[in-house]
This record gives sequence, C-alpha cells and structure tokens, in this order.
Amino acid sequence: MTRLNAALLVLIVLAAMSVITSQHQARRLFNELESEQGSAKRLDDEFTQLQLEQGTWATNKRVESVAAKQLGMRLPDPSNTVIVTLDARATGEAPR
Amino acid sequence: MKFEKRTPQLRLKLEGWRSRFVLIAAMSGFAMLGARAFYLQGMHTDFLQAKGEARYGRVLELPASRGPVKDRNGQPLAISTPVESIWATPDELDDVDDARIQALARALAIAPDEIRQKIARKDRQFVYLKRQISPDQAAKVMALGIPGVFQQREFRRYYPAGEVMAHVVGFTGIEDQGQEGIELAAESRLAGTPGSRKVIKDRKGRIVEDVESLRAPKDGEAVTLAIDQRLQFLAHRELKSAVEQNRAKGGSMVILDARTGEVLALVNQPDYNPNNRANVTGRQTRNRSVTDLFEPGSTMKPFTVAAALEAGIVTPSTMIQTGQGAMTMGRWTINDSHPNGLISVAQVIQKSSNIGSAKIQLQMPAETLGTLYRELGFGVAPQSGFPGEAKGQLKPWSQWRPIEQATMAYGHGLSVSLLQISRAYTVFTTGGELLPLSLLKQDAHPIGKRIITRETADQVTRMMEMAAMPGGTAPRAQVPGYRVAGKTGTAHKAQAGGYAEHKYVSSFVGFGPVTHPRFIVAVMIDEPLGAKYYGGDVGAPVFSSVMGAALRMMSVPPDAPGTLNVMAPPPAPSGPTKDEG
Repeated sequence: MTRLNAALLVLIVLAAMSVITSQHQARRLFNELESEQGSAKRLDDEFTQLQLEQGTWATNKRVESVAAKQLGMRLPDPSNTVIVTLDARATGEAPR
Repeated sequence: MKFEKRTPQLRLKLEGWRSRFVLIAAMSGFAMLGARAFYLQGMHTDFLQAKGEARYGRVLELPASRGPVKDRNGQPLAISTPVESIWATPDELDDVDDARIQALARALAIAPDEIRQKIARKDRQFVYLKRQISPDQAAKVMALGIPGVFQQREFRRYYPAGEVMAHVVGFTGIEDQGQEGIELAAESRLAGTPGSRKVIKDRKGRIVEDVESLRAPKDGEAVTLAIDQRLQFLAHRELKSAVEQNRAKGGSMVILDARTGEVLALVNQPDYNPNNRANVTGRQTRNRSVTDLFEPGSTMKPFTVAAALEAGIVTPSTMIQTGQGAMTMGRWTINDSHPNGLISVAQVIQKSSNIGSAKIQLQMPAETLGTLYRELGFGVAPQSGFPGEAKGQLKPWSQWRPIEQATMAYGHGLSVSLLQISRAYTVFTTGGELLPLSLLKQDAHPIGKRIITRETADQVTRMMEMAAMPGGTAPRAQVPGYRVAGKTGTAHKAQAGGYAEHKYVSSFVGFGPVTHPRFIVAVMIDEPLGAKYYGGDVGAPVFSSVMGAALRMMSVPPDAPGTLNVMAPPPAPSGPTKDEG
C-alpha cells in the first residue's frame, strides 16, 4: 500500500512537471508565432511600399523622358520601319 | 488530579453559555463566509469574471487594407500603404518642457507653435498632431519617448500614375472612402472589413494566449480595370498637347477596344494630381467624357446614312442635289461650308454635307432615325460603371418638328457624351453589332446586339474611310501603313437663347485598322481658340497620332503597307476652306 502510494506520488509529480513544461513550450511557441506574424505583416507592408515605388519609377512619363533625354532614344518613323510578314504555313498560325 | 492542581483556570467553574456563545459565533462566522462565497461564486460570477478578464484580456483591432486598383496588365493604379498618425493627449503633453516640444516639432516637421496651439485646448482628450506620415518618420517621433504622444496606424491611398489616371480611378477621402471614379463606383468591393481578436497579455504586454478570434479581418478585393496604362498615357499626352496647341478650354478622349467594347483609355483635360488635392477644383475633377454633354454634329451622319441604307431608300451611289450650299426650310437655312452640287450618298459622308444628310433624312419617316438613335444608346445612360454618367438628351421622334427632323440628320438638336458616341461606333467595327461598354477587364467575349446588317456597316465604313483620305474632310486623320475610317464633327456650342457665335466643339471619332478594327478613338476638343476649329483640323491630327502609336504599340500588322512612307499631308491653310458640318 505504501509502495503504491509512493509510486503514485512520483507519477503525479512527473505529470505536474510535464504540464508546466508543455505550458511553457506552448507560450514560447505562441510568442514566436506572434513575432513571425508580425514580421509577415511588416514584410507585406514593405511589399506594398516597394510596389508603389516601382509603380512611381516606372510611369511611362518618366521612362519616356529618361529614354529621350538621358539615352537619346526616339521613336522610329515609318521610313525606317521594316514590316516582316510571318509565313502562315511556317508558324501554323494565320496572320492577323 | 495533578492537572487540576497545576492549572488553576481549569478549576474555575465556568458558566455553560460562554462556550455555547463561542461556538455559535464561530459557526455564524463560517456561515457568513459560506454565504459570501456562494454569492460571489454562484450569483455574481459573470461580473467578476468580466472584471478579471479586463485585467489581462485585450481585444485587438485588426485593420484591413483597401484593395488595389490595377490596369489590365496588373500595373498598380491605386495602392494602400500603411502610414502612421501621431496624436496626443493635451493634458499630459502640457507638462513637457519646451526643449522636448521643439524636438517633437522638428521630428514632425511642423512649427512648435502649432503644437502648442493644438494642446492649448484642455477640453479635448485627443488631438492629432500630424496625420499620415511615413512609418520611418513616426518611428523617429516615438523614439523621443515624450509622454502623451501616441501613434495610430492608418492606410493611405497612393496613385502612382498620378494625373494620367486621375479621372478613371478617382480618389478616396481621408477616411479611406471612395469619392470619385472607380474608387467610388467599386467602393463595396474595394473596402475591407476590419476584424478583431481577443488575447491574453502578460505584464510586459506580450501576447500570451489567443482566446478567440472575434472577427477575421477581410482585406478589400483587387479591381482590375479594362484600361491599358500605356494607351492611357499615350492618350493623355496627345490630348494635353492638343488642348494646349488649340488654346482650348478642355477636351476628352476615349479609346475603346473595337472587338470587346472595353474602355482602354479615357482621359480629360484639365486634370489634377490625385496624390495632392490641395487646390483641386470641380472643373478639374469632372470626368468630362462621361458627364459632359455636347452636340455631336457631323459625327452622327454615318448613322443617318446607315438608317437610309437599311430602309432601302438610297444606295451608296444614289445622287443627291446639294446645290449652292444653302437650303431653306421655313424660317431656317441649312448651310454647307462649301457648295457641293450634285454628289453621291458616299460623298455626303466624305464631304460631310449637312444639306445632303438632311435631304436623305427627309425621305424617311422620323421614326426610322429616331428608333436607330435610341437603339444605339443615345438618350440612355451607357452603364459603363462610372459614377455620374450623363444620359444625354434625345427627344422622342414623335415630337420632332420638321426642321428638327432635318437637323437630327447631322447631329444637331440632341446631346451626347463622348463615351456614348464612341460606343455607338462599335456597330461599324463589329459588322453591325452594338457592344456593351465595360470599364472592368472582361474575360468572356461580350454579346453584342445586332442593330444594322453587316453589309450596311461595311458600306458606311467605306464612306468614312474616304472621309479620312485626301478629298475627304479629314485627310489629316490618315495613319501611315494602316487603313483608318472616321468622321469629323464641328458644332457650335449651344448657350441660352441659341448658338454661340465663336464657340465650337470639335470632335473626331474613328477606328482602325479597317480590315480588322482594333481600336475606336474618339476625340473631343472644347472651344478651340486657334484659327482652326474644324474637327478635320483639330480632332483628326490627334486621332492620327494616337491611333498610329496605339497600333504600333500593340504590334498590329499594317493592312496598307504600301502607304507606310506616305506622310500625312501638312496642315491646310487656315480659314474654313474645307467642307465641314
């Protein structure tokens, strides 16, 4: 009887200990999850900001002025345009 | 007993009631505790639990962001990005010394006096110091650690394309609600629903446990427009320079996909920058191509001729006597800008003869044209999805007086919006079917409604192609390498008591390439002040440059490669020398 009691006591102490550790683990993991979710949100925010930045740098107005002013580019006029017609049979596609 | 001898108290004879009194007192003490415990545990639990939870539980607001607006290729046109608003409680901030207020003002980039003014009002618990600053700047402000200063996350809407897209996309107010354009029209789809969740926080403010999610936040949906940003930009640039060149009051341009009825570009002048609306007026924000009405003038003539061809009254080669360029009808005179004599129906379109189209029209009952106009969507809101669409004025044909029946033939006596007339031209690009307009990108091919036969559509298209060639009213509409067709329009502006003497609306509506139409381009210039005001001189060159660039941009194969090296004719000498209406 005493031996059984002693064994049960040991078991109950072990169980209590495991409850404590698992609760601790759960909190720690939860905290980690929280901070990861936080950084996901931050990255999301950064993404929209980068999208915005890209959109602003890539406006046709800016691209056009950079092309014309800094790179000295211009649109080809019809006189230096060559029209290449696709052979319908070669591509298997009807020319539109 | 030994015991009794040692403790004299026990030898005392005590009264019996004293022990009973102690027992009862002790018992009633327990009873009270029991009753109290029962009261707290059994009857008052909800209140106490709520109180307890309030000590450690927190409800967190989960903000939802507004959905982005994108063009048909996924380019962002409106994007919400988080910003911080800095607010303060005046009470607390009042105790802060001057040096720190100065530092705060520097970090916020506002004047120290402005802060003092804001916190001077003691009756308020909450004042915004500055709204919508970048998260970086907010971090610097918060790093000062001034008591009574807080930040609040908000979303701000940015429009990367700026004024190019202003009228299409519109804008939102500071509370993130759509106020104009698509932002208003698609408000229910774009707006997100903020959510909330309940958590347990520890002493350090860390979240320890998720109790429950009360409401998941729902971000707004993305809205994909039919607009193509490159075409929009092209249209914006060309329209802007045309309005400047002609010293016009305003202008509009619409580009439609000739096969699907999608709105590929829609621009207006004057415009505004939606990112900075400090001094924006209604004149700038008005979406003219959708809300403004004008008398279309000669751009309606193709429909008159189409109605007559459908009714079998004329053929393209039927001859019409237009005489010396003036025709009297009762008290009124209908004029041509140039005497045309005996011309064919095709030439009525090519030369844009008012008398010719009036004469064709007077051979038909008013009902024929009246019904066609109605079927083409005039006098009815086009349902493109834009807010504030004008439906235009079109009298029922039964109320037309004879002179009105004549003027209706060349587009006077009714008013339309540019969007309506560009849509009506889809009957020529689809071989007789009217397409529904769409501002949103369409996945499925829309179902058109047959209005005229393919044969009629083709015949009228050929006439309009002649109008855009040498000998027509708009040779400057030509596009090297491509066959294009179109019609000019010039109308006096109506004002109280009649028509204004020198105020015109010049327009051009056309499409190309004629073989397999891809685009419909409609241009309208309001009150050009230059020496030239005819649609052929004002609208047609804009049409030509936009159409040419658009066709090249989309790699549409030329259907008239032989004309590639033919340059568009130079501007005609000033003065109304061309046939126009």
